Amino acid sequence: MTIATRRQATLGAVLIPATAWLVIFFIVPLLIVLTYSFLERGTYGGVTWKFTWENYQRLANPLFLGVMGRSIWLGIVTTVICLLVGYPMAYFIATAPPRWRNALLLLVIIPFWTNFLVRTYAWMIILRQQGLINVALQSTQIIDKPLELLFTPLAVIIGLVYGYLPFMILPLYSTIEKFNFSLVEAAQDLGANDLRSLIRVIIPLTMRGIIAGSLLVFIPSVGAFITPDILGGAKTLMIGNIIETQFLKTRHWPFGSALSMLLMAVVLIPVMIYFRTAEEARS
Amino acid sequence: MNSSLPQTSIPRKSATLDLWIRAVGGRSLWLITALGFAFIYIPIFILVIYSFNLSRTSGLWTGFTTNWYTSLWQGATSQSPDISTTLIWDALRNSLIVGSISTFFATTLGTMLAIALERFKFRGKALLEALVFLPIIIPEITMGISLLVFFSLAFQLIQNLTGIRLVLGLPTVIIGHITFNISFVVVTVRARLGEIDPCLEEAALDLGANEWKTLQRIILPLIAPSIFSAGLLAFTLSLDDFVITFFTNGVGSTTLPVFVYGMIRLSITPAINAISTLMLIASLGLVISSLSLQQATNQK
Repeated sequence: MTIATRRQATLGAVLIPATAWLVIFFIVPLLIVLTYSFLERGTYGGVTWKFTWENYQRLANPLFLGVMGRSIWLGIVTTVICLLVGYPMAYFIATAPPRWRNALLLLVIIPFWTNFLVRTYAWMIILRQQGLINVALQSTQIIDKPLELLFTPLAVIIGLVYGYLPFMILPLYSTIEKFNFSLVEAAQDLGANDLRSLIRVIIPLTMRGIIAGSLLVFIPSVGAFITPDILGGAKTLMIGNIIETQFLKTRHWPFGSALSMLLMAVVLIPVMIYFRTAEEARS
Repeated sequence: MNSSLPQTSIPRKSATLDLWIRAVGGRSLWLITALGFAFIYIPIFILVIYSFNLSRTSGLWTGFTTNWYTSLWQGATSQSPDISTTLIWDALRNSLIVGSISTFFATTLGTMLAIALERFKFRGKALLEALVFLPIIIPEITMGISLLVFFSLAFQLIQNLTGIRLVLGLPTVIIGHITFNISFVVVTVRARLGEIDPCLEEAALDLGANEWKTLQRIILPLIAPSIFSAGLLAFTLSLDDFVITFFTNGVGSTTLPVFVYGMIRLSITPAINAISTLMLIASLGLVISSLSLQQATNQK
């Protein structure tokens, strides 16, 4: 065997198994969902192999448009709050004395390793009617009737921010940490105060981290399922809940597939724009 | 004072305003960070504290008890009639089976793919890189339902061809977990591979080692710590996963998160807090052991 063919053989051996796995269990399933979204519903769940646009036409229904709009809206609000809280936190950690940095960063990461469902449930016991907030407010006689906190959009936003805040802090931290602070010195020598240097120098130069963090928060927020399911109740349904209903309860798989394709589009379009602009910036 | 910004003299007419901005900025940075950490940790502490609360329904603290923990072991009691101990143990066992098998395969497959992507040039590489990235970014629910659809179609085909009837169960859950974990392993291992000087491999090849020997004797030992942390990450993600499991599990293949979800839907009792606390402790144990291991290898 020549060296070149041996290298080819090695490449094949390390490349093919995982690639085949991802094609079979990731790409093929997505293609099946795409196909199903153009098919008619079968009698007992499943599908009938007849082409139709109907599932996509049904997306125009105000009910589903409303849910889609709410999902995008909740995703945006979550992202903005995460940015407003996460940027100062990332800045604080990145500019803290080096021996503190790792410890603070670790404090941000630890919850990420704990169970998401459990963390969401923690808010349920805080926000529910006999929950901590209501009990505290009632026993101090600030309110006489318990507040409706659980099963509201507010509860969903709290849950989403809680779940995805680390995704905002980590990319922000890594860009701020690399930021060259002598640029701020230069700006201040030229007469800018702290606020001006923040707006004109620091924020524009850490934009990559801001965009990356925002995408990392926005994507899972829009497609969230557990959070609106546990904290949102029937009044704050998001697209993830509707998809679940279509697949497991009403068993309209073609329509559920169309909804999933819509969700994929909402999530992947910003990602593609991000990579395009990142590539342009590099070249 | 904002200690992070370089201290410069401010010789301008608006100096008082600038100093005021600096003071307010520095303080709000502190305040937001402190509140942010409080926001991250207070709910977890409340969850743990209330697992010891005597009252079953109220958020009022009525007294200390460890009953909720013992009820997890002793099963259906008058206090928590909805808990079946056998189901908890089954769920725990399923979680560990799924976690270990999927971690083994995802780590093996992912490490191989990381080597292919980092050390070889081939056609379609950019496309494959995008493909590896995709499972990390697409919504979990999309992946969950696509696996559900895939398995039901595949099972239907198998039944039509062979007459054998397959159903969702542990194997389908494991396949789902391997699929989403491969990408995380590739990312983790590739980062380490990128730091290793290719000269080491070239030297081995020059000295007469073949590709496999180089892989075995040079590359694998060098990336072993990253393979281990990738495995640990995969194991954690597997134990943590709810959404993919929810759509791919069947009768008798409930994992711990799916079981807890069922409990939450049924009714809120401190027993859920108790089981959640135990899960928190287990994940913390995993993080700490992984970190101390990393530190140990770094110090070598």
